[in-house]
Amino acid sequence: MSDMPKSEKEQKKNMAKAYGKYTNQFTPKPKYFSNSAKAFFVGGAICTGGLFLQNMLIKSGIEQKDAAVYVTVILIVLAQLLTGIGVFDTMGKFAGAGVIVPITGFANSMVAPAIEYKKEGLVLGVGAKLFSIAGPVLVSGIASATVVGIVYYIIGLF
Amino acid sequence: MTEKKIGKQTVKFQNNPFVIGSASIVGKKEGEGPLVKWFDLILEEDMNGEKTWEKAESKMLKDAMLRALQKSGKNKMDIDLVLSGDLLNQLMSSSFMARDLHLPFLGLYGACSTMAESILLGSMLIDGRYADNIIGGASSHFCTAERQFRMPLEHGNQRPPSAQWTATAAGAMVISANKSDKSNVGIIGDDKTPTALRDVRVTCGTIGKVIDAGVTDANQMGSAMAPAAVDTILNHLDDTGRTLDYYDLVLTGDLGYIGKDIAADLLIDAGVNKEAVLSKYDDCGTMLFRKEEQDVHGGASGCGCSAAVFAGNIYKRLCQGELNKVLLLSTGALLSTVSPMQGESIPGIAHAICLESIEN
Repeated sequence: MSDMPKSEKEQKKNMAKAYGKYTNQFTPKPKYFSNSAKAFFVGGAICTGGLFLQNMLIKSGIEQKDAAVYVTVILIVLAQLLTGIGVFDTMGKFAGAGVIVPITGFANSMVAPAIEYKKEGLVLGVGAKLFSIAGPVLVSGIASATVVGIVYYIIGLF
Repeated sequence: MTEKKIGKQTVKFQNNPFVIGSASIVGKKEGEGPLVKWFDLILEEDMNGEKTWEKAESKMLKDAMLRALQKSGKNKMDIDLVLSGDLLNQLMSSSFMARDLHLPFLGLYGACSTMAESILLGSMLIDGRYADNIIGGASSHFCTAERQFRMPLEHGNQRPPSAQWTATAAGAMVISANKSDKSNVGIIGDDKTPTALRDVRVTCGTIGKVIDAGVTDANQMGSAMAPAAVDTILNHLDDTGRTLDYYDLVLTGDLGYIGKDIAADLLIDAGVNKEAVLSKYDDCGTMLFRKEEQDVHGGASGCGCSAAVFAGNIYKRLCQGELNKVLLLSTGALLSTVSPMQGESIPGIAHAICLESIEN
């Protein structure tokens, strides 16, 4: 692309933009409202369920800190199980971010490639692809946390 | 000097090659669609008795090739060349299919434009007298395409309304320099004793250009490929001096619901008769599934989509004399697994073949 004169590049960009605008009128929009509502209620239900579980555990004499860890583990195991028996993708299709944003989505993003790449072997298949979806998310998360941490530290100096 | 080329992009055959046999195999979901009666075989399950999805696709393609061969009345020994392609890296399905067939093989990659590409090239080789009998085919499989181009199957993501569903399907046609010597009785769906079986010949074809309209969203394949399809149709009409009315049907490969509307609009915009566009133009991607019930969003896609519809529905309707002249285009989105990540837009291509049914 670099050997292309700038005006031609610009022209191409404008054409792509115009074509995108033209094709938009033929493209149905996702149902934002009902999708958001579904995500809100399912995601909310998962979190409420998690909290309910946590309260139950605390009532049975487990410390709050430990109870939170147990809830996390239970949600992960459940999501993994549902992925394994092929139910989670249907749930994800229905609820979208409602099941993908909580820790359940993270569990799913690990198990789905694990199942998919089993055929290529345990090390070079599952091992190599296990983090193919979760990995980029983790890297971005840790990188932005580091940046925020540094900013926080600098602000703390004054 | 070229003798058989007319206009800019079109080849016109001197001795129109015959399509003497064809077969189509589809997966379970496709078998629940509206075209079910035209397919030769519907897989009971998409694993097709194999251990991996790739092997399943390869076996499906091989079975389509062998069935087409059987129905053509030819032997494996008669076949000079196999032309085939699919969507997978290094053409895994086709190469592994050819490993089992033990026949001279040329692998083709044209993304979803492969079916028209293989028939076009096969016909050119036959009319150029480099071969007498050729099998051309293509395949795609939902599960192999998903894992290569998108996400693992069990990943819980949402597909936008414009996303298309890669068809699990394979189609193959046997093209020959000579008329079939055996009668093809029994090839037509449920009706085992069809009336008036006609000869089907490939009369010309138009080789498409790669056209990139700048679409970057891989969930917008239909709009990415529509300009290429329209370009090929317009050039075909220009080169041959025909109008759309010459044909009973003009069929694009896998533009889907959105792409079909765009292509129709662009054709009308380019001055093609509106009535003709509305009555003669259709798209395989809109025919394979039931839009609402089967939850396929933007319609079907994949090499197998046009391959199975051409080899099943269209070929049989030509044999029956229900269709006389059709222009078949397979449309391909030539993106790679890394090109969208490098910020590249999606180039499209479309090749056209003209099939005519001739009374014996």
